[in-house]
Amino acid sequence: MNIVVSIKQIPNLTDELEINAEGTGLDHDALQYVLNEFDEHAIEEAVLAKEATGGTVTVIGVDTTGELDGALHTALAKGADSAVKITGDFPRGTDSHTQAKLIADAIRGMSPDIVLTGVQAADDRDGQIGPMIAAHLGVPYVGVVTGVQVKEGKAVVHKEYAGGVMAEFEVALPMVVGVQAAHQPPRYAPVSKIRQIAKTAKIDEVTGGAGPRAGSTVRRMFKPESAGHAEMWEGSPEEVADKIATLLAEKGLVKRG
Amino acid sequence: MAVGLDKVKPEAITEDKHLVVQGMDISGHWNRMFEQRVSWDYDVDNLDRVTDLPGGESLAWCYGCAKCTAVCPVDIVGDYSPRKIHRKTQMGVDLFNSDDLWLCTTCMNCLRVCPKEVNMIQIMPAVREQAVLEGTTVPPELQKAFEDTAKHGNPLGQPQRKRADWTKKVGVPVSIMKDLGRPVDILWYVGSYPSYHPRGNDAACAAARIFNSLGVDFGILGVEEKDDGDSQRLAGEKGLFEMLAEQNIAAFSKYEFSRMVVTGPHEFNAFKNEYPKLGADFKVLHYTRFLVEHLDKLKPMLKKPINLKVTFHDPCYLGRHNGEYDAPRQLLRAIPGVELVEMGRCRENGYCCGGGGGGMWLDSFTKEHTTMRLSERRVREAAEYGADVLAVCCPFEVSRFEDAAKSTGNDELMVRDILELLDESMRG
Amino acid sequence: MAKDILILAEHLNGKLADITFEMVGKAKELAAGFGGKAVAVLLGNGVKSLAESIGADSVLYVDDAALAQFNPEAYGRLLAALIQERNPRVVMIGNTSIGMDLAAGLSVMTDLPLIAYVNGLAADGGTLAATSQIYGGKIQAEALPDGEACIVACLAGAFPADTGKGSAPVEQIASPAPLDDLKVNFVKLIEPEGGDVDITQQPILVSIGRGIGGQENIELAQELADALGCAVSSSRPITDAGWLPKTRQVGKSGLTVTPKVYLAFGISGAPEHLEGMRGAETIVAVNTDSKAPIFDVAHYGATCDMLDLLPALTEKIKG
Ligand SMILES: Cc1cc2nc3c(=O)[nH]c(=O)nc-3n(C[C@H](O)[C@H](O)[C@H](O)COP(=O)(O)OP(=O)(O)OC[C@H]3O[C@@H](n4cnc5c(N)ncnc54)[C@H](O)[C@@H]3O)c2cc1C
Ligand code: SF4
Ligand code: SF4
Repeated sequence: MNIVVSIKQIPNLTDELEINAEGTGLDHDALQYVLNEFDEHAIEEAVLAKEATGGTVTVIGVDTTGELDGALHTALAKGADSAVKITGDFPRGTDSHTQAKLIADAIRGMSPDIVLTGVQAADDRDGQIGPMIAAHLGVPYVGVVTGVQVKEGKAVVHKEYAGGVMAEFEVALPMVVGVQAAHQPPRYAPVSKIRQIAKTAKIDEVTGGAGPRAGSTVRRMFKPESAGHAEMWEGSPEEVADKIATLLAEKGLVKRG
Repeated sequence: MAVGLDKVKPEAITEDKHLVVQGMDISGHWNRMFEQRVSWDYDVDNLDRVTDLPGGESLAWCYGCAKCTAVCPVDIVGDYSPRKIHRKTQMGVDLFNSDDLWLCTTCMNCLRVCPKEVNMIQIMPAVREQAVLEGTTVPPELQKAFEDTAKHGNPLGQPQRKRADWTKKVGVPVSIMKDLGRPVDILWYVGSYPSYHPRGNDAACAAARIFNSLGVDFGILGVEEKDDGDSQRLAGEKGLFEMLAEQNIAAFSKYEFSRMVVTGPHEFNAFKNEYPKLGADFKVLHYTRFLVEHLDKLKPMLKKPINLKVTFHDPCYLGRHNGEYDAPRQLLRAIPGVELVEMGRCRENGYCCGGGGGGMWLDSFTKEHTTMRLSERRVREAAEYGADVLAVCCPFEVSRFEDAAKSTGNDELMVRDILELLDESMRG
Repeated sequence: MAKDILILAEHLNGKLADITFEMVGKAKELAAGFGGKAVAVLLGNGVKSLAESIGADSVLYVDDAALAQFNPEAYGRLLAALIQERNPRVVMIGNTSIGMDLAAGLSVMTDLPLIAYVNGLAADGGTLAATSQIYGGKIQAEALPDGEACIVACLAGAFPADTGKGSAPVEQIASPAPLDDLKVNFVKLIEPEGGDVDITQQPILVSIGRGIGGQENIELAQELADALGCAVSSSRPITDAGWLPKTRQVGKSGLTVTPKVYLAFGISGAPEHLEGMRGAETIVAVNTDSKAPIFDVAHYGATCDMLDLLPALTEKIKG
């Protein structure tokens, strides 16, 4: 079983996000980049699949920060077998269309049985990488997946719909899976282990060509209005209850009247 | 509640159903005392695995005198002590996979009394490190603190960028070294809890105001400061400690200062005893000792009497680990009106708050294995001695004790950092 | 058809999803601006009557046994062919579990730009301006497609559903792509299990703190949760006291939750608690103390007595 995991670094959302002077993008240089949380689940699911059925896990990503090595070492510490980084002139915040094409080109020759990636990332303004990789490779994609089982050229995946309903699909491999959640929380890679690996592990480097770009252009980026303090509702418990019920109805969580 | 989860199972102890010795029927448990009771009856592989580790050797030295059991703070609310750990491990319990591995707070009270110098401060981190590397048995709360520290540079999971945000609340200037661009007398290492926890912020603000009034020439590192990592080391994440230490040492060496002052005892221990092993070379003081140096100047500033009965909790990492018992008490006595009362468990025999050695991030886990939290036991003791105020000088403790005061129904007991008391008296 | 807007209708278990009506309503408004029509596309098996309940300008439907259940491969093939054939100005797909399997792949297959996570759409003169909610809701980005045509993936709840309801002329079309030899096979639907409540998976949480007063009042919270079809969670003192199982504790030493709505009743908002629920989409706090720190993270707040509010709200929800 040849398992490939595609990963992507995104801005740390706990940081204060600042918008650049032009007002069309983030001030990327001021930001700390971290691994997309869903990709952490993809790595976990890949390692679990390997532990269950054998095989190898290769982790691959486009180095948009110059710091991808850290994420790759972490993946190796968690049980991945090899790591590949795509280098070239790809700045922070490189769009999904470009990253997906680069990754698809790089993994085509690896003939993966299954490609796992996070179902989405917080900066996927031009869409998610997983379905794009699948389209480039001409293989099926199923996303919002919370569990993958592989056996004999097939994968059984559980896809989550709203309200906790799930669909089970059986898919002939190769395929691409968009992981929502691994069936176990991602394991912690002790820094002790990552440091050991960083000293010895080799990361393969692939030079990437030009990408297709997003196909749309941001003309204005802004922050939604947010209050530092709750908007206070005055009135009797009945009146407050009414406001809460209205809020829940507006969110489509309960039916009103 | 499951206290003493993995005691030796009774069925592991041989017991003949029927046994007649010299015409006397000693069937059942009576005959146990006639069985051969030597240690090679047990599989000592598990003990060997511990004592083979660098740092784990001394577990083998225990001769079962039980002095430690009498003083272990975990035993007082549960079933624990080096002697018990030694005995269980000797009888085959696998410490690497036992819940016992995570209960020791590395408070050092056992080592103080142990005639054989069985050293839990070394045994625990050594065994935990192996468990952390394997990653299978680390309690999730602790793992989360490791993860947060690795990701954000602090165990609270707060953004690194906001590390100096508390300074906006102080009301007096607090210089950041990067902006200052000149040497200072005192580099003040603030620490994670004072930087981020709202109650820690209170102590940090108080310290800033006190330093300011005393005319101390000081600066802080702001966003260049990272958690000291010592508690993570003691909890088994040595690599994380080393990474943080390297980053901190690099930040320290960017600036010129004559001495460093720290807010917390854990940081004090890290910088005094552990960072030098990694090449750090500077002089560090806990804030209590530093302020005692300035007592002549400080005393006349303490105008407002605080007419309360105050008791003091000795932090394990200031007292037992580093021998400082007097400075905090000198400061408290300097405050007009304060009536200092000592609790039974004080100074060398001070009770542990439960936060050390990773205990800060094992709250629910430890609760599962004890009849009450260590912090709750301590708060009750303070209340038993009739204290109005439980004074502390460790940033872990304010949140722990305040929470414990609530949960034990001692809501009226005030928990205050000595810094806050000094500040209050100064501000009049 | 270059002026038309194509909307993918979503349905599950014989019911159209709200996102369908939301997109159709918006599409009609935009299509009017472009001088085109809002054309909904419904893929399924035996779905004529569903098609008839969509208030678009017209509805196309494909009826095929292979479409009896959502199948990302079948949908993808079919939509790619349909887009190439009809050449719409805008394709609207939900940024939902179903739509997220399709939109990005279609973008590659049809070479159309995709703007995802859209919660605002406007026909700005002759061009379409789409606003995406990205970076965990912290940033809004308004973008224009580089060419004329594009695909937009719309967030659920972004547009009102009412104007998309109604009826329209429906037309059955043959599948524009073969639907045999699929590599993806639907096996079954799995309904959520009862039994142990997983508070991390709830859309709403009724969360209670020490303000609940005593164990006897827990049932007030449970009744509200029952009426809402959700679960009760709590701060630590409540699980410590054994009034709720440990699995219900939110916070540092409990679980981290991200419901759509977190109702915090009688919780002061200690940092250890906030750590576990900060990420909720909307936080409503009710606390008698107007200075409680919970109000600093809540979006809405009220200072009434939770013991009065709980039964009042339960009544309102039961209707
Ligand atoms: C290491 C550590 C880990 C911890 N982990 C967690 C954790 O995981 N989760 C957690 O929740 N806590 C945790 N805590 C405890 C935390 O510090 C707080 O003590 C706890 O969250 C307080 O719970 P509370 O808000 O329910 O109670 P309180 O702080 O006592 O607040 C009760 C609130 O109810 C209000 N109130 C009273 N009566 C009414 C009424 N009739 N109507 C409306 N409002 C009313 C009061 O004004 C008050 O604000 C931890 C503490 C420590 C030290
Ligand atoms: S260090 Fe403290 S907690 Fe650990 S065993 Fe010794 S006395 Fe007990
Ligand atoms: S005090 Fe030392 S020798 Fe005595 S029982 Fe404890 S660990 Fe063993």
